[in-house]
Amino acid sequence: MKISYTLNGRAITDEVTPAQPLTEYLRSRGCLSVKRGCETSNCGLCTVLVDDKPVLSCSTLTARIDGKKVETMEGLQEQAAEIGGYLADEGAEQCGFCSPGLIMNIIGMTRELKHPTEQQVRQYLAGNLCRCTGYVSQLRAITRYLAEKEEA
Amino acid sequence: MSQKYVGKGLRKSDAHALTTGQPVYTDDIAPAGCLIVKVLRSPHAHALITDINTDIAKKVPGIACVLTYQDVPQQRFTMAGQTYPEPSPYDRLILDQRVRFVGDAVAIVAGETDEAVDRALRMIKVKYEVLEPVLDFHKAKDNKILIHPEENWVANCPVGADNQRNLCASGQEAYGDIDAVLSGCDVVLERTYHTKANQQTPMETFRTYTQLDTYGRLNIISSTQVPFHVRRILSVALGIPKSKVRVIKPRIGGGFGAKQTVITEVYPAIVTMKTGRPAKIVYTREESMIASSPRHEMEVTVRIGAMKDGRIRGIDLYTLSNTGAFGEHGPTTVGLSGHKSIPLYSGNQEAFRFRYDVVYTNVMSAGAYRGYGATQGIFAIESIVNELADVLHRDPIDLRMQNMVREGMCMPAYYGEVTNACALDRCVQRVREMIGWDEKIKPRVLPNGHIRAVGMAMAMQGSAISKVDVGAVILRLSDDGTYNMLLGCTDMGTGCDTILAQMAADCLGCRMEDIAVYASDTDTAPYDSGSYASATTYVTGMACVRACEELRGKILHQGAKMLNLSEDAVEFDGKRVYALEDDTCAVTLADIAYSGQCNCSDVLSATVSHSSLVSPPPFMAGAAEVEVDPETGHVELIDYVAAVDCGTPINPNLARVQTEGGIVQGIGMALYEDIVYAADGTNLSNSFMQYKIPSRLDIGTVRVEFETSYEPTGPFGAKSIGEIVINTPSPAIADAVARATGVRVRTLPITAEKIVRGMMEQA
Repeated sequence: MKISYTLNGRAITDEVTPAQPLTEYLRSRGCLSVKRGCETSNCGLCTVLVDDKPVLSCSTLTARIDGKKVETMEGLQEQAAEIGGYLADEGAEQCGFCSPGLIMNIIGMTRELKHPTEQQVRQYLAGNLCRCTGYVSQLRAITRYLAEKEEA
Repeated sequence: MSQKYVGKGLRKSDAHALTTGQPVYTDDIAPAGCLIVKVLRSPHAHALITDINTDIAKKVPGIACVLTYQDVPQQRFTMAGQTYPEPSPYDRLILDQRVRFVGDAVAIVAGETDEAVDRALRMIKVKYEVLEPVLDFHKAKDNKILIHPEENWVANCPVGADNQRNLCASGQEAYGDIDAVLSGCDVVLERTYHTKANQQTPMETFRTYTQLDTYGRLNIISSTQVPFHVRRILSVALGIPKSKVRVIKPRIGGGFGAKQTVITEVYPAIVTMKTGRPAKIVYTREESMIASSPRHEMEVTVRIGAMKDGRIRGIDLYTLSNTGAFGEHGPTTVGLSGHKSIPLYSGNQEAFRFRYDVVYTNVMSAGAYRGYGATQGIFAIESIVNELADVLHRDPIDLRMQNMVREGMCMPAYYGEVTNACALDRCVQRVREMIGWDEKIKPRVLPNGHIRAVGMAMAMQGSAISKVDVGAVILRLSDDGTYNMLLGCTDMGTGCDTILAQMAADCLGCRMEDIAVYASDTDTAPYDSGSYASATTYVTGMACVRACEELRGKILHQGAKMLNLSEDAVEFDGKRVYALEDDTCAVTLADIAYSGQCNCSDVLSATVSHSSLVSPPPFMAGAAEVEVDPETGHVELIDYVAAVDCGTPINPNLARVQTEGGIVQGIGMALYEDIVYAADGTNLSNSFMQYKIPSRLDIGTVRVEFETSYEPTGPFGAKSIGEIVINTPSPAIADAVARATGVRVRTLPITAEKIVRGMMEQA
C-alpha cells in the first residue's frame, strides 16, 4: 500500500508492505539507530516517536504511520548528543545498544511530562531494558540532565 | 610517571557514536543484498534424523542454498572460545544427524529475503527417530542413554571426560586430610545448594555476517568477544586453513560471556563458502534464548567444619554441573566453583577437598557467563557460612572477620597463590557501615506487617587465567607525533578501548586524543586471547604498559641519534627528546616520527604480548536489605551496598558501572531468572515475556564504593572488576530473606512461592 508521512521532518510517500514491522521498515530507510532487541515488545530498544509519543516500532505495523509524524534519532542528533553526554559522563551508555531507544524515550518524556519526579522517571522509562548498567548510572545522568535543563 | 588520566572517570572514547545512534554494530554494517541465513531447529530433545527432504525448499524462489548434515565437514569441534588446546571436548558438527536438544540445528537455509527463507524452512520435510532424552542432570552420569556415542568425539585435554559415561569432565583435588579435620570439628554442616541456568541476555542478540574478500579469504564480521578463537574454531569447523580466515569485530552490544562461544558464526560462514556470496545471520531473541550459551546449572554440596570458637577448619565441596547437549566451557567453569569459593576462608583452613562431575544432558549447551562457576560456588559457600553463623550464634560478619583470607596469606585452594593485595577485610567493614548492619541485624516488622532484614556475602574472582591468557598491544608512532594502538581485545561496552588509552597516555606523557585505538581485526591486531576471564585490564593493560616502555626506549634512541648524543644524555618528556645539559637542544616527537619515514631502517613501534604467572583475585563484599511480605512471600529489594577491591580503579566511573550492572544481573539471578524446561525438554523461557530480567522498577538503591589496594603485577596496581560483581547478590539476598522469614532458600531463584511454602512448612 501507499502511505504518506513525515520522517525526521521530510515528507515521504512510499509504497510499503503494510504488515512489515516499523523497525525493519525504518532500518531499510537508513534509520539504523533503530534497534531490535526482542520480538515481544519487552525491551524498548526500538523506540521511535510517532506524533511526539514514544512507540515501540517492533510492534507497530508500517501501515499505521500513514499521515503521521515519525522521528528517529537520525533527526534528533543534537538532543541525542546532549543527553548522550550526560550518560557518557557517568559511563552509563556502556555497550550503547540500548542507548538510542532509551534516549528517544527520554525525549518523549520531556515532551510529555513537566518536572517528573524520580519515581515518574523510573516508571516512564521502565520499558527500556538495559543489561549492562543496572540502571543506576542512567538515573544519575537523567536526574542531572533534567535538573540542568530546568535551570537553563 | 605522572597520572593525568589513570584514576579519572573519563568518558568512553566511543560514547558519542553510541549515544547518537551511529551505525557501528554488526547488522548496521552488513552489506545490502547479502543472503539471509536462518536455521531449522529440532522439535525434539533427542532424536536421529532418518530422512531429510529439501527438494521443495530449494525450489522456493530466492533460495540460494539449503544445507543438511550431509553437506557439512565431519571434523568435530567445540564452539567454546578458549585457548588452544581447548579444554572443552570436540563434540560438535555444524549440523549433525543426531539432534540433542529442542532447538538444535537441523538445517541451514540461505536466501534473498526473510520471507523466502521463512517459506523454505517450512518446506523442509524431516523424519526423526525420536529417542528418550536425558533431562535430569542427576541421572545423566552412567545413564544407558548416551548423548555423545559418536566415535570421533575427542577431549583434547585430560579433564576426566568420558563420552561413554555422559561425562564432559570430572576430577578431584585436596589439601590436608579433610575427613580427619572434619571429624575433629565441633560443628560440621552439610548442605546442598542449587543454582540454575541463566541467560546473559546482551541487548544485541547473536549475529554475524561473512563474505569473501579480494583474495578469496573468508571474512567474518561478528559480535564476538574472541576474534582469534573464532578464526581458529572456524578453520577447524570448515576444514580450511587459518590463513584463509579473517575475523573482525565491530562494536559489540554486550557480551557477559555469551559471546565467548561461537554461537552464530558457522552458519553464514558455511553459506559463504558454499555460495561465494555475502551472508548474514541475526538471531531473534527467541533463538538467543533457546540455542545459546547460558550459565551452567550447578548443584553444590558443601560440608564445612568449625570449632565452637568460630574457627573454620575445613571445607569439602562437590559440584555437579550440567553442561547440556555440548561441552562448551564445561570442564573449566566447574573448576571455579571450588577454586574461587573455598579460598575465601583461607584464614584458619587446615584442609579442603573439591570434587566435581560435569554431565551431558539433552538441554541447550551451557557456556560462559560472567562469574563462570565462581558465582555458583560462592552462592554455596557464602550461604553455608551464613547458616554456620546461625548454628554458632555468631554475627555472620564477625565470623567472616575471624576466618577470611587476608593480604599476604597463602590460598591452598587457589593454586597456592599468595594475596599480594587484599582489602577484603576493609570491604566487609565498609559494607557493615554502609548498610547499617549493627542496627539492622535484628529483623524489623513494619506497621503493615512486612519484615525488613539484611544479609551479606563476600566474593572473589581472578584476574585473567594465569599462565594461559595472552594480552597484546601493537603501539606505533605515527607521522605527526601521535600514536596508533592496535588491540586484539574486545570492548563490549566495558570501555577497554578507553582505559587502555588512559594507561598509554600516562605512560607516554601524551594526550589521550593523540592515541588512535583500533580493535579488533585478526589481520592487523596482535594475538590476544580476547576479552573474558576478567583479563583485559589486567593482562592487556600490562601489555600496554610494557609496549609504552619499549616504544619510549626507541623514541629516546632515535632522538639521541638525531641530536648526536648518547641515550643517557637525553630525556623524553612526551613531546620532545632533549639534551639533559641543555634543554634547548631538542627534537620534537613529530620530527622523530618523520625521521622514521625517510632513510630509516628502524620502525618506531613496539609489539608486546603479556601473560601472568598469577591471577590476583579482586575481592568484594555486598549486603542487601530486603522487605518481605509474609502473606505473599514477595521480596522487595530496598537497598544493595557493595565495597569492591579491584586494586586501582583505572576509570572509576566505568568500574562503578561495571559493579552496578553486575550487581543488578546478580539480583536477577537471585530473584527471578530461571530457564525452565517442559517435561519433554521444550524451553519455556524463550522470550523476555517468560524470562524476566530486572527493569529499573525492580531495584531499590544500589550503592558502590571502592576499597583500593595495589597489585604489583597489574598495570598501575590494577586487578580485575568485570566478573566478581555478579557474585554477592544471591547469597546476600538469600541470607536477608532467611533472617526475615526463617526460610533458607537453597535453590535459586528465591521466589515468593518458595518463601511462602517454606513459611507454611514452619508453621
